[in-house]
Amino acid sequence: MGFPILSVMLAVPALAAVACLFLSAENARRLALAATLVDFALGILLWASFDVGGAQWQFVEYQPVFGRFAWALGIDGFALMLVMLSVFLMPICVGASWASVKQRVPEYMAAFLFTEVLMIGTFAAQDLYLFYIFFEAGLIPMYLIIGIWGGANRIYASYKFFLYTLVGSVVMFVAMLYMADQAGTTSIPRLMAYDFPPQVQTWLWLAFFASFAVKMPMWPVHTWLPDAHVQAPTAGSVILAGVLLKLGGYGFLRFSLPMFPQASAELTWLIFALSAVAVIYTSLVALVQSDMKKLIAYSSVAHMAIVTVGLFAFNRQGIEGAMIVMLSHGLVSGALFLCVGVIYDRLHTREIARYGGLSINMPKYAVFFLLFTMASIGLPGTSGFVGEFLSLMGAYQISTWYALLCTTGIILGAAYALYLYRRVAFGEIKSDEVRGMSDLSGREMWLLAPIAGVVLWMGVYPESFMAPMRADVGRLLARIEPASPISDSRPTAGRPATPAAHGGEHIASAGSAHP
Amino acid sequence: MSYAANLAVILPELILSLGAIALMLVAAWGGQSSTRALSWTSVVVIAGALIALAGPASSGAIAFEGAFRGDAFAGFAKVLIYVAAAVAIVMAPGFFERTTGDDLRPEYPVLILLSTAGASIMVSSTDLLTLYVGLELQSLASYVLASFMRRDQRSAEAGLKYFVLGALASGILLYGISLVYGFSGTTLFDGIAAAYAGPRTTGLLFGLVFVFAGLAFKLAAVPFHMWTPDVYEGAPTPVTALFASAQKVAATALGVRVAIEAMGPALYEWRQIVIFAALASIILGAVAAIGQTNVKRLLAYSSINNVGFALIGLAAGTPQGVASVLYYLAIYVAMTLGAFLVVLQMRGQDGQPVETIDSLAGLSRTRPGLALAMAVFMLSLAGIPPLLGFFAKLEVFNAAVEAGLYPLAVAGFVASVIGAYYYLRVIKVMYFDDPAPAYGCGTAFDDRVEGGLIAVAAVVVSPAGWLLLLPLGGWTLQAARSIF
Repeated sequence: MGFPILSVMLAVPALAAVACLFLSAENARRLALAATLVDFALGILLWASFDVGGAQWQFVEYQPVFGRFAWALGIDGFALMLVMLSVFLMPICVGASWASVKQRVPEYMAAFLFTEVLMIGTFAAQDLYLFYIFFEAGLIPMYLIIGIWGGANRIYASYKFFLYTLVGSVVMFVAMLYMADQAGTTSIPRLMAYDFPPQVQTWLWLAFFASFAVKMPMWPVHTWLPDAHVQAPTAGSVILAGVLLKLGGYGFLRFSLPMFPQASAELTWLIFALSAVAVIYTSLVALVQSDMKKLIAYSSVAHMAIVTVGLFAFNRQGIEGAMIVMLSHGLVSGALFLCVGVIYDRLHTREIARYGGLSINMPKYAVFFLLFTMASIGLPGTSGFVGEFLSLMGAYQISTWYALLCTTGIILGAAYALYLYRRVAFGEIKSDEVRGMSDLSGREMWLLAPIAGVVLWMGVYPESFMAPMRADVGRLLARIEPASPISDSRPTAGRPATPAAHGGEHIASAGSAHP
Repeated sequence: MSYAANLAVILPELILSLGAIALMLVAAWGGQSSTRALSWTSVVVIAGALIALAGPASSGAIAFEGAFRGDAFAGFAKVLIYVAAAVAIVMAPGFFERTTGDDLRPEYPVLILLSTAGASIMVSSTDLLTLYVGLELQSLASYVLASFMRRDQRSAEAGLKYFVLGALASGILLYGISLVYGFSGTTLFDGIAAAYAGPRTTGLLFGLVFVFAGLAFKLAAVPFHMWTPDVYEGAPTPVTALFASAQKVAATALGVRVAIEAMGPALYEWRQIVIFAALASIILGAVAAIGQTNVKRLLAYSSINNVGFALIGLAAGTPQGVASVLYYLAIYVAMTLGAFLVVLQMRGQDGQPVETIDSLAGLSRTRPGLALAMAVFMLSLAGIPPLLGFFAKLEVFNAAVEAGLYPLAVAGFVASVIGAYYYLRVIKVMYFDDPAPAYGCGTAFDDRVEGGLIAVAAVVVSPAGWLLLLPLGGWTLQAARSIF
């Protein structure tokens, strides 16, 4: 066995987290930054040594030392990308909290580092129970982050966050027990190839759905998200929107689709219907928000609905698009929360009405904010466009109607995002307070610039991000395509035209159009 | 079987009882000043009993014509009981020193030894009479222990309440025993099992119901739980810790043995009782705890809640199920002892014990280590991974799912979310609220002992304890197989 890079990536932040508890505030900050940067470096090494097109599971580690579950780690292309997203955002989160968090810094940094361990662990786990452990344990540090360092109504939000997600997960856990019992294994790769009887699949699918739908979050169980986001500190929101929401999508991709393909196909209508409602409803709700963070939180719900639509499209465009939306949303919404954090640190309010005309006295800020707003809308050239376009194209092949409904989300998205931007950045400066706000500091530039770079990279050359996943999408499709739901948007055979001079060619081309 | 061989099987109980009697004489002679020495000596006695377990006492040998069995199952339960009893003795000196009004008297360790001997007999009994003798020995010592702070009204009330209700429960149990004996013609578990395997008369069924009702009282399972909060609150904290750990283990193990060995063929009948008691305990233990302001009452409801989870494993009725009960108990003992040790640290500047949850406010700032340990215990009791409490729940629910009890598993797990709420409340108070007045300190030596025990319990419950899971799983399964 080679260098256990995944275990090391888990161990570095874990040890740093414990060490943070014994350090002073200043040293805890430095150590946290160092640990997250080391993990990011390891992540780059991981990506660099990932064999694109090679074995499905790479960097596999297996130690059966815990009885009922094993220390089984390994990643495929999907997991690689999400691990990269996590390790990329973590140093930025630490940087974002550098000056704004003043109380109990060692504990704060420890909580963030633990969150990083649990996120990487969730994506890398290859054992059902190990996955659940990482998945659920993520609640604890997030509960503390919201509850200790959050806003005025933080306690309500922290409870709601914890209990909401816990209720969803416990049902999934019973389903996991059943699966392990039936299949006789807790290995995720083996379960992905195990065929559960179709009638059981439906129940298991629903149990997993209960957990992932809350985590995602899908309408109507999304209500914890705006509360949690609004109350969480800036970096907490970044990590929540950037990575924790991706756990739901990752769960659908890793469990629901490959393990229960028939049930997934049967219940596609449910996903599509909830997603369509979510896109339209939460976009409209976002339009009327007066609190910036709440607006972005609702936009997250709408974007994640595009992810679910893409995932359940049962075709390559849909799944690749969903993955890109997840990555893109992780970056863009994280960056938007950072943008809110920047001005919140100066004026201590998230009320949109208090701002205005920021492009006059904060030009650099206005540029970054505009870029991320455009990426959120899905402007071509940014990451948002690639993902949303592919997802909706995938969805169109299954259901024209739902694709139509979900596409309205792009128009509504443009409406609420541009409206937000207009109110915050354009117009006249309203008050002296706003006039006194200084432009981005060097530290803030360093936080936003890397994200901006990646957003553009993903928008211009998405191939870098799609290549590692391509083989995995193929494997997933091979598994689920036989169960694929019937599409309503296939070209139907027209009546043959009356034979004319070149009639034979017409019929031949019509015949090949629909095999 | 020679008499010596019989005695070899009950060697741990012999050591405990003889030790208790000898120490009682020393106590009478030495008086109040011998208390601390006696405490440590009784810990040594318990350690001796623990070592004696390695011999014939856990080899599966049967003693006294089938009335007593020293098998691996009993061995496992006894290890937990002895460890918990030793901790309860070690906890006491510091507690009583700080509490004005009542001193630690030398009878305390002696009573704990007697109670431990009783518990030890309970888990080994394979005869209804042995069962009753063990149970009563254990209970009588407990009644006295509950009212050990004689000048404290709540403690006296706790003792009295426990005694009256305990006597009632013993009556119910005896009535069940007499029915079972009357209709099966024997008090030996093997014979009773044979009777249940045959035609099931109404008398046998009634006997079963009454025996389970009596045992449910000892377990503090709903609907026979009502004494628990009052007794747990009133009794001195070290005694409460003993009740919540050693006594709980003994009662659960006894219940398992009666259910499997004596009434195994009536699985279908008692499973309904167990499922009801399990779900009712989980739900009531969780809901009733929400409104509590006293941390000891909270832990009392938490113990009711946890018994419910342990019973889910019993409801499965399989070796895996029984193993999961033992697994659950082992982890539960570590969590609950840890939690009570933290409660022991809660005291005002004058040293008087403080029991309100509000007094924990802001503990994470005044005593970060203590708060972290308490948070670990609370989250573990709530069954949140990666702490060990989660694995305990995993085992019992896995057993239930393997036995096909899906609705039970789903209902139990969903109800565990209600429980999570009040455990979270403790964490919220400790971490989110503004600090309350800081707790006072005790004498350096006692604080170090208590602090060390808290640290050990917290490490066992933390992810470092994962390394214990594999041996624990093997050991519990071996223990469970020994009674099938």
